Amino acid sequence: MTELNLEQLGKDLVDRAVRSGATAADAVVHEGEEFSTTLRLGKIEKLKEAAAKALGLRVFDGKRSASAFSSDFSQASLENLVARTIAMARETSEDPASGLAETGLLGQHRGDLQLYCADVAELGTEERIGYARRAEEAALKFDPRIKNSEGAAFESSVGTRVYASSAGFVGSYRSSYCAVSVVPIAQNDGGGMQRDYWYSVARGIQALDPPEEVGRKAAERALRRLGARKVATSHVPVIFDPETASSLLGHVFGAVRGDAIYRNASFLTGKLGQTVAGENVTIIDDGLRPGGFGTRPFDDEGIPSSATPVIERGVLKSYLLDCYSARKLNLKTTGNAARGLAGAPNVGPKNFYLVPGTCSPEEMIRSVKEGFYVTELIGFGVNVVTGDYSRGAAGMWIENGELAYPVEEVTIAGNLRDMLNHIEMIGQDLVFRHVIDSPTLLVEGLTVAGA
Amino acid sequence: MAENDRYFFDRYGLTPADLERYLAQALSDGGDYADLYFEHTTSSSLLVDESLVKMAMEGISMGCGVRVVAGDQTGYAYTDDLEPEKILKAAKIAARIASGPASVSTVGLSTLHSPNNLYPVASPSTDRALRDKLELVRRADVAARGYDPRIAQVRVSYADQVRHVLLAGSDGRIVTDFQPLVRLNVFVIAQEDEKRQSGSHGGGGRVGLEFFQGEKDPEHFAREAARQAIVQLGAKDAPAGEMEVVLGPGWPGILLHEAVGHGLEADFNRKGISAFTGKIGKQVASPLCTVVDDGTIPARRGSLNVDDEGQPTQKTVLIENGILRGYLQDKVSADLMKATRTGNGRRQSYEHIPMPRMTNTYMLAGQDDPEEIIRSVKRGLYAVQFGGGQVDITSGKFVFSASEAYLIEDGRITAPIRGATLIGDGPTVLTNVTAVGNNLELDPGIGTCGKDGQSVPVGVGVPTIKISRLTVGGTAPRALQSFT
Repeated sequence: MTELNLEQLGKDLVDRAVRSGATAADAVVHEGEEFSTTLRLGKIEKLKEAAAKALGLRVFDGKRSASAFSSDFSQASLENLVARTIAMARETSEDPASGLAETGLLGQHRGDLQLYCADVAELGTEERIGYARRAEEAALKFDPRIKNSEGAAFESSVGTRVYASSAGFVGSYRSSYCAVSVVPIAQNDGGGMQRDYWYSVARGIQALDPPEEVGRKAAERALRRLGARKVATSHVPVIFDPETASSLLGHVFGAVRGDAIYRNASFLTGKLGQTVAGENVTIIDDGLRPGGFGTRPFDDEGIPSSATPVIERGVLKSYLLDCYSARKLNLKTTGNAARGLAGAPNVGPKNFYLVPGTCSPEEMIRSVKEGFYVTELIGFGVNVVTGDYSRGAAGMWIENGELAYPVEEVTIAGNLRDMLNHIEMIGQDLVFRHVIDSPTLLVEGLTVAGA
Repeated sequence: MAENDRYFFDRYGLTPADLERYLAQALSDGGDYADLYFEHTTSSSLLVDESLVKMAMEGISMGCGVRVVAGDQTGYAYTDDLEPEKILKAAKIAARIASGPASVSTVGLSTLHSPNNLYPVASPSTDRALRDKLELVRRADVAARGYDPRIAQVRVSYADQVRHVLLAGSDGRIVTDFQPLVRLNVFVIAQEDEKRQSGSHGGGGRVGLEFFQGEKDPEHFAREAARQAIVQLGAKDAPAGEMEVVLGPGWPGILLHEAVGHGLEADFNRKGISAFTGKIGKQVASPLCTVVDDGTIPARRGSLNVDDEGQPTQKTVLIENGILRGYLQDKVSADLMKATRTGNGRRQSYEHIPMPRMTNTYMLAGQDDPEEIIRSVKRGLYAVQFGGGQVDITSGKFVFSASEAYLIEDGRITAPIRGATLIGDGPTVLTNVTAVGNNLELDPGIGTCGKDGQSVPVGVGVPTIKISRLTVGGTAPRALQSFT
C-alpha cells in the first residue's frame, strides 16, 4: 500500500471505532519488508525475505480503554476487531489519567529527518549477500588463528509507520535500515576458543562501514580474547568501552522513564532538580538527530519530536514521559511514547546519549595503574528499583596503563547511584550505533569478583 | 480427522492438493526438503497496576512460512496472507536457495499423529470470558497488598495464547497441533523508610484457566512475590568471589539451561563452535549428575506434542552420570550429522526459521537429604530464586542472577543478601557438584528462552545441589575475607 493508503486505513479505523461507540480511539499501522542472509565459511546458510503488515487499535470508553492487534486488514475482520475491543474496554477500570494526547500538544516535525534511504530497497540480492561475504572473508583472512566462523550476516528492512487518532492527528513516515555483522571464532594451539563480533548499522547502504573493516575489527576482537583468564577479586577502576557503556546508559534510561518514576520503582524517584551524577555528566534524549535510530517526526501519541536534556552537568533535569506518566506526575510529556502494535503506549528512548568528553580511550587506559577494560557484559543482574548492579564481564586487564591480558569469568558489581557519581573520565569517542549510545567511560568504586 | 487437525482446511479452505502444489513450487529449483508451516495464534493479556485494570488486549497473528533446505542451506519466506498466490510467491522466494532441476516431493501427504497428547484443555483460555481472567488478576492484587503493609506497589499481568499449527513436509507428513499457553505474573515493590525492594513470581503452563483453581491459585503467586520483596528489605551486600554455593530446587535449574543446555544444541556443535564440541562420551559433570531435556511432561510450559518441524518430542538424555551423551537436534543438524532427530526443532512463529532449542531441561533427583546438604556447608551461599541468565556458547562462560539468596554459616541459613550474578564455566561447573538432593522440582512455568532473536517458552528443574566452587558477583570483598 502507499503511504497515503496506509494513513487512510488508520484514519478509517479510528473513525469506525468512534462510530461504533468508542469515545476516542487511536491506531498504529505498520507495513514493511525484511531481508536477511547469513553466510558461513563462504557459503550461504540462510536466505530470508518477506513482507508483513499489521495494525494496532486502542479504544476508549470514557476513562476505560482496551486494545487489539491484527494482521488481517479485511473489512469484515476490522469490523469484528473494533466491536470486540470496545466490548473489552467496557470491562476494564476507569483510570483518571488515561486518554489520548491533548489536542493542543499534537503535531509533527516537517523537515527531512533522513530516516529513509532508497539505496536499501534498490540493492540487489547478490550485492546484499556480497556484504556478508566480504565481511567474513576479511575476518578469516586476518590471522591464521581465525579458523572458524559462526557466520556473517546482512540484514535490511524498509517500512512505513502510521499513527492516527480521533483527536485529529494522522501522520506517517518511512524508514530504512541495513546492517552487516560477523562473528569469527579464534582458536589457539591449546584448543582454546573465543568468539567475538563486530557490526555496522545505518539508515542507508552508503553510510555502512566497509564490510572489510567490520570483518577485520571482529577478528581483532576475537583474537585479543584468546588465553583469557580469571583474576582475583578486587576493587579497581573499570573502563567500559562504548558498547558496554551503552548498556550501562540503558539502565539510566530505565531509571528516568516516567512509568518507573510514578510507580516508585526507580532509584531516581523524587530526585528531579537534584544532583544525581558527577558534574561532568550530561545526558540528552534527542528525537530529531538526522538519521538517528531513535529519530522520528512524532511519537506514538502524535507529539512532535524534540530534544530533552535529561541530566545536565550532573543535575537531573527531566524524566522521560508519555502522556500517561506525565499526567500521573503532573508534568508535561516529553514525546517519549512508544508502542508496539498492541497495548497502550509505553515510555521509549529517542536518541538517548551521554555527551562525549575530551579524553581519547588510549589516554583513559594510560591513566589506570591497575584496572579492568570491559568489552562484554552478559546477564540481567541489574535492579533499577534499588540500583543494584551485578553482571558477568569479559575484557582486558590493565597493568601500568596498558592492556596486559584478556580476562573472563568475572563479574562487576556496584550500585548505579554510586556509579553515576563516579564516572571519573569520559571519552571523546561517541558514535551513534543504537538508540542508546555512550562514549568510553571510566568508573571508580566497582568490585570485580573472580577467583 | 479431529477438529483441530481440520483447522486450516475448514477455516481457510486449504486442501491436501494445495499443500502439494505449494511444496512443488518450493522445490521447483531443487533442494532436499521443503516444508510449509501454517500458524494461527490468538492471544490476550491483562494488566492490573495500582489496583486498576489498566490494560486489556487481544490479538490475532496468522501466516504461513515456507522453507526450502538444500544441504546446510536454508531458504525462507513467509506471508501473513493465506491466499494461494501469496503462498506460491513465498514458496518461489524460498526456492531461490537451491539452483538446479526441480526435486520431487513425496506423492501423497498423510497425517502423522504424535504419540503425545500432553495438553488436552477442555476449554481454551481464549474462549473464556474476560471477567474470568480479570478475577484472577484482581485476586492476586488483593492478596499481594494484604500480605504486609510494607507492600507499596503491585503489578499483576496475565497473558495467554492459543496456537493452531499445521506442518506439511515434502517427506509426506502432515502434522497438526493445538498449543495453549497461560501465564500469570505478580511484581511487587516493598517499601520501608527509604528502602525499596522488589519481588516477583508467577506460573502457568500449557493449561486452561482451571490451572489456577488448585494449589497454584493467584493468591499463591501473589504471596510468594510479596514474601520475596519483604525478605529483601533486610538484605545485606552480597559477597564477592569464589565460594561454595547451594542451589534450591526448581527455578535455579536455569543453571543447567545456561551452563550445558545451550552448548549442547546441535547447530553449535555441528559447526564446531560450542565449548562442548567433541566432548560426547567424555566426563563433563560429577557422576552424581544426570541431565535430560524432556518435551513430553504433561501441561508444562516447555512441552510440545510435536516440535515446530512436525517431529514428536521426546525425553533426551544429555548427561548420564556425568558423561556427555547427546545433543539437541533439529532436522537440518540431524540430517547433516547423520543423527536422529530429537524433537527440538523450534521457532518463535511462522516468521522464523526453526533451530535446535530446549524444551524442559532438568537434573534427575539424587540421594541426598536437602537439609543435610545445607548442614554440610561451613560458609557459603544458598540461592533459591533467580532472574535471567546468559551464556557465551564458544567460551562456555555463563551467568545467572540470584534474586533471593542467603548466607550459609556453620551449616545454618542466616542473612538474606542483595541480588547478585553468579558466573561459571559450562563444561566444568557440574564437575564441582558434590551433592544432589532427593527433591527434584520443576519451575513454576515462567521461562522464556531467547536465541538468535527468537523467543520460545521453556522449562527448567533441579533438585537441591551443592557446587563446591562458583564465583559470586557481589560487592563485599570484606564479607569474602570472613569466609576464608
